[in-house]
Amino acid sequence: MTTRTLLRAAVAAVAALALAACGSSGSGSTTSSAPAGPVTASDPWVKTAETGMTAAFMKLTNTTGKDIVLVKAATPAAGMVELHEMAMKDGQMVMQPKEGGIPIKAGASAMLEPGGDHIMLMDIPKPIAAGETVALTLTFDDGTTLSVDAVAKDFDGGNESYEPSPSMSMSGM
Amino acid sequence: MTETAGGTFSRRRLLLGGAAVAGGATLAGALTGCAAAGPTAPEAAPEAPYGDDVVAFRGRHQAGVTTPPPAHTWFVALDLRDGVDRSGLTRLMTLWTDDIERLTGGRAPLADQERELAAVPASLTVTVGVGPDLFGRTGLDALRPASLAQLPAFDAIDRLEQRWSGGDLLLQIGADDVVTVSHATRVLTRDARSFAEVRWVQRGFGRARGSVPDGTTARNLLGQVDGSANPVGDAREQAVWSAEGWLAGGTMLVLRRIRFDRDHWEQIGRADRELVIGRRLDDGAPITGGAEKDAVDLSAVDENGLEVVPSFAHVRQARARDASELMLRRGYSYDDSPTPDGTDDAGLLFAAYVADIERQFLPVQRRLADNDLLNRWTIPVGSAVFAILPGIGDGQILGHQLLDA
Repeated sequence: MTTRTLLRAAVAAVAALALAACGSSGSGSTTSSAPAGPVTASDPWVKTAETGMTAAFMKLTNTTGKDIVLVKAATPAAGMVELHEMAMKDGQMVMQPKEGGIPIKAGASAMLEPGGDHIMLMDIPKPIAAGETVALTLTFDDGTTLSVDAVAKDFDGGNESYEPSPSMSMSGM
Repeated sequence: MTETAGGTFSRRRLLLGGAAVAGGATLAGALTGCAAAGPTAPEAAPEAPYGDDVVAFRGRHQAGVTTPPPAHTWFVALDLRDGVDRSGLTRLMTLWTDDIERLTGGRAPLADQERELAAVPASLTVTVGVGPDLFGRTGLDALRPASLAQLPAFDAIDRLEQRWSGGDLLLQIGADDVVTVSHATRVLTRDARSFAEVRWVQRGFGRARGSVPDGTTARNLLGQVDGSANPVGDAREQAVWSAEGWLAGGTMLVLRRIRFDRDHWEQIGRADRELVIGRRLDDGAPITGGAEKDAVDLSAVDENGLEVVPSFAHVRQARARDASELMLRRGYSYDDSPTPDGTDDAGLLFAAYVADIERQFLPVQRRLADNDLLNRWTIPVGSAVFAILPGIGDGQILGHQLLDA
């Protein structure tokens, strides 16, 4: 390794440290144990529920140079899983299936969070209790998949009304 | 795993130290990037001397016991809900471990809707303990440490109220910034709702950090320097940390809420107030001479052959008879709303940490209950004991030593 390369590496390391020190919120440790693929997930969690439906949230980061789309999610904890967005409809925020999936721009992150895009878990066969882990499998449009373990947390915020779109697929997308 | 959790470092100092190594150009770049990301982008960021300080969460021991006492500490006791068993307790500890790791690092916990409040760790520590009744309620009876039991009644002095006593679980939440403490309390009690209900909260404070030099012995609301005789070094480690079974690396906490009768205390003169304790009010030094940290000379006599430190003096009764009676005290003041007639509700949250309550704490407490003249002005109104869980390494959850035992 040349001196110049070494120096460049040191500068990059310091820059990364500086940025990490500046960012005070959000990006936490990656709890997904999968080796780094095209997309990484951090801070995954799922809302607890007794019956019916609930939602999973996380930060997805695209480590590649081209756009990637999350097209499907699956979990044994739900009979049906959909990718949803919040949209303004007749002056009200409503939740609806996200056409075409959730895009993650090249080198950027997509936040799945209450009040925004999220993974909807429907027809849950048994309660999801606080502190339990829900295993999710995410599929992207490049054919890769990502396994994510999301911890369940009690959460009352981000209440939203649900409005299925006419084109809503029942295929489990 | 480090030997002890609690190494303090500043995120800002880390940043500046790292940048300085790589040279000025990089430093400028780093600061520019930092300022641009901030809300105001000032030329030179104003100093926040302690807000960025972080106390390590993981280690052989939990932080918050032998780490420096912060300006604010809240003690929160919770009772397990009916039906919460060992697996429920494990799930609660899973959530708390992740919350505490993030909060103490200055990062927002999962699902935190006020994530900006987590950005100032200010040496936040969260210390988790379990009360004596938890063991029976979760089928862990055989694992209750022998001396972990509520204190016996001290009828001569106790005026205990249930609203300040007992509890199945303890969160001891301390930081140099009370907003940080408040936010951490909100996050942690919210995540406990499925498992436990809050039994009581006791909010304690000391001097603000920066008002007096770090390491200054606290002064209680009777004006006394309180805690001068705390053990240090190896003696402290021996006194505090248990080596027994699953509790190895943990400790036991005795928390007493002691109300001060300041109306009557203020009626006695300054010289008598010093005699009651055995220490000078101005600097906490023994009335037998020397400096604050010097031992009190209990055998000293005056020109008439009388003991300088009277038999009723607090220091005479509280002094450990030998190493087996040593304890670590971390007292905090409290000051709640006065009654309508103006009687104040203020005093001391007396927190003592020992490896074994029966061996180290009770002999001293019995002497104090029987002989300490200070009892006239100090009234125990709350009492609780907890086993403070051992520390944890990477990937482990709090309480795993107990839950997997």
